[in-house]
Amino acid sequence: MTFFDELRRFDGFDFQGFFASVTDADVSRIIAKERLSGMDYLALLSPRAASHLEPMARRAQELTIRHFGRAVQLFTPLYLANYCTNQCVYCGFNTKNPLERRKLSLDEVEAEARAIAESGLKHILILTGEDHKKSSVSYIADCVQVLKRHFTSISLEVYPLTREEYAQLVAAGVDGMTMFQEVYDEPVYLELHPKGPKRDYRFRLEAPDRAAQAGMRLVNIGALLGLHDWRQEAFFTGVHTDYLQRAYPDIEVAISTPRMRPHLGGFPPKVIVSDADLVQYILAFRLFMPRGGVTLSTRENAKLRDNLLPLGITKMSAGVCTQVGGRATGQEDTGQFEISDERSVAEMAEMLYSRGYQPVYKDWQYL
Amino acid sequence: MSDQLVIGGKALQSRLFLGSGKYSTNALIPAIVEASGAQVITVAVRRVDPEAGRENILTHIPKSCVLMPNTSGARNAGEAVRIARLARAAGCGDWIKIEVISDNRYLLPDNQETIEATRILAAEGFTVLPYMSPDLMAAKRLYEAGAAAIMPLGAPIGTNRGFRTKELVRIMIEEIPLPIIVDAGIGRPSEACECMEIGAAAVLANTAIASASDPVAMARAFGQAVAAGRAAYLAGPGAVHETARASSPLTGFLHE
Repeated sequence: MTFFDELRRFDGFDFQGFFASVTDADVSRIIAKERLSGMDYLALLSPRAASHLEPMARRAQELTIRHFGRAVQLFTPLYLANYCTNQCVYCGFNTKNPLERRKLSLDEVEAEARAIAESGLKHILILTGEDHKKSSVSYIADCVQVLKRHFTSISLEVYPLTREEYAQLVAAGVDGMTMFQEVYDEPVYLELHPKGPKRDYRFRLEAPDRAAQAGMRLVNIGALLGLHDWRQEAFFTGVHTDYLQRAYPDIEVAISTPRMRPHLGGFPPKVIVSDADLVQYILAFRLFMPRGGVTLSTRENAKLRDNLLPLGITKMSAGVCTQVGGRATGQEDTGQFEISDERSVAEMAEMLYSRGYQPVYKDWQYL
Repeated sequence: MSDQLVIGGKALQSRLFLGSGKYSTNALIPAIVEASGAQVITVAVRRVDPEAGRENILTHIPKSCVLMPNTSGARNAGEAVRIARLARAAGCGDWIKIEVISDNRYLLPDNQETIEATRILAAEGFTVLPYMSPDLMAAKRLYEAGAAAIMPLGAPIGTNRGFRTKELVRIMIEEIPLPIIVDAGIGRPSEACECMEIGAAAVLANTAIASASDPVAMARAFGQAVAAGRAAYLAGPGAVHETARASSPLTGFLHE
């Protein structure tokens, strides 16, 4: 049993019919509940619930402070390589895009690590495109050996691996994994991933299962908003998180809520997800999963990030660069996507203090 | 006669223990300690970061406090033992609060793994204070394993739901020859007071203070409530009766 089987339960589900049945009284009652069901969560994602954002926000803030405190964990991504064999129509790393491809040497990884560590950060997220040869598991493991000297928590955002490969990287020192399904709707997924290994929907969908089985402590998932109906995608992301927490109680689960950003290749979003939609998603998720992490990236602009902060955010990236290298050794070329919040770690920390939040640089001790 | 709580050779006047997570800045901690009068503060080893500058928690803990590192984040006995050893190697002393949690939805402790970690660390000379789900048999095993005190939860951690496990903790207080410290879930000073009235040795509070609008004022209230509850316990509360009993009985003259 994996999430693939769990997801089948919703085959043919009438989302529009369900949304039409949700009343204001339903929404008010659900906001006051201690423990929400999956259907309660869906009701909070409904168009009807969009007029209840303020009471949802108050409850979300209360739950977040209770479970996470007035504290936000900071981290930064490090792109190790941008080789990619996929043709995801919405991604700057698409193999067809005319992009200078490279990967960091271990010396360059060391230089990048030093540059990042100077900011005080102890948590790092390492990324590659999907190229099993050029960005092999053993290359990633070698990079981890270097990074371990500078960081106390290393998370991975790379192509889906086998359980044995995840175990190999856990043994090397990785304790977290991020995997965006991009689109939970399978037909839409297949349309957007015409070629390459990423076309294997199920192998990607079950990657968080394999990572948890291999001993990862943190599993962060997400749908890329803008590719399909956001309410459905938000629902499946939440249901996926709930499933992972039930199936693997000892992992920490989190979601990201990335909205599509401009990138090389210029694929326009199929669906516009407004700021209010994004807020509704974050609030509904917080009420459904009070202890689930919510990671907010620099895809969103500084002003919006600051305003989203008290609504349930628990992790934020800072000092971000989406080019390979980019801080000490990188070229000034095109990144995976354009970022909207270019604030440094120190600037992010000041913003958090000014809003009554503690910036947490270290929340895990490598054992 | 002074009423001291002695754990691991340390005599404590205050019976309120503090947590250190969830504050808007660790710089608040000295004021929290002072207002509450607490002498023991627990710190998650996972968050100890000597390079954190103004948020380096170790620089904010008054020298007068006993530092009680905890193994938050440990999922089994092996991880708890490694975190405890790291804490000692980092100069955090010999006290260790064991937290072994393998359920991230309710954050309920794993008693079996906790007993195992207690056995290993007590044998290594640590002063071990295990956090546990209140269960008499597990508490007996923790005692046999060498725990210095036992810390049953009042309600799931971080919930502020109050002293929900009162009956189970009351039995532990009666049966276990160790200090019983109610840890987690206590949301109000009155609930902390209630723990103390029934004979708990101490109460640990974190979320209730950190999530208050004025954490320093709430810390003071908790300090007072714990002291009041202890005083009431020592005073020996009168018996509880099902029916009212007049202070001046009408038939008193028959016995004059």
